[in-house]
Amino acid sequence: MNIAIDIASWVLLTLGGVNLLIGGIGVLRMPDFYTRMHAASLTDSMGAILVILGIMLQAGLSLATVKLGAILAFLLLTSPTAANALAVSALLAGMKPRTGDAVQRTNHEADA
Amino acid sequence: MYYAVIVATLVTMALALLRAVRGPTVYDRVLAVNMFGTKTVLLLAALAFVFGRPDFLDLVLVYALINFIGVFAVLEFFRNRATRAGERQPAQHE
Repeated sequence: MNIAIDIASWVLLTLGGVNLLIGGIGVLRMPDFYTRMHAASLTDSMGAILVILGIMLQAGLSLATVKLGAILAFLLLTSPTAANALAVSALLAGMKPRTGDAVQRTNHEADA
Repeated sequence: MYYAVIVATLVTMALALLRAVRGPTVYDRVLAVNMFGTKTVLLLAALAFVFGRPDFLDLVLVYALINFIGVFAVLEFFRNRATRAGERQPAQHE
């Protein structure tokens, strides 16, 4: 039984680590601010879930698991809120999302 | 067991710092700092179990709270500065 828990938490932790790396690379390579925010909030939500669930399995039934559950719940509530506030304030400050060529092309076809 | 996560978190924090340094606009930097804070939360949670001291988790919870409040404080500061700049002359934003 213990081996199964170890394997499961190891898989969760590794997937969480991979998710973190993907988000980190995404923040660097994305062309526009809003796409970068997508990459960053990707790691905040999915990466946090995987990593903290992996650690919860390791902690077993103890006070640490309750604390980790509180941390996970708090993270899942606040990181999307923070990302939303960031996007709204950036938009209000006048930062236009860079729409691709596809949008302009469809507008021309509509006019023609 | 935890070394993969710890290394991944450290690399992600380095990438976030690189974005903070390179970020053209102010909001990129706020985004990078927010991301850095969240990764510190995950790093501390993993380290709590590497050192075998589950009482680190209180640190993690407090850090998550403060990081969240910090982002809003910085955004509030930029919003005031944008409105103040707006009064003097229209704010130029690339």
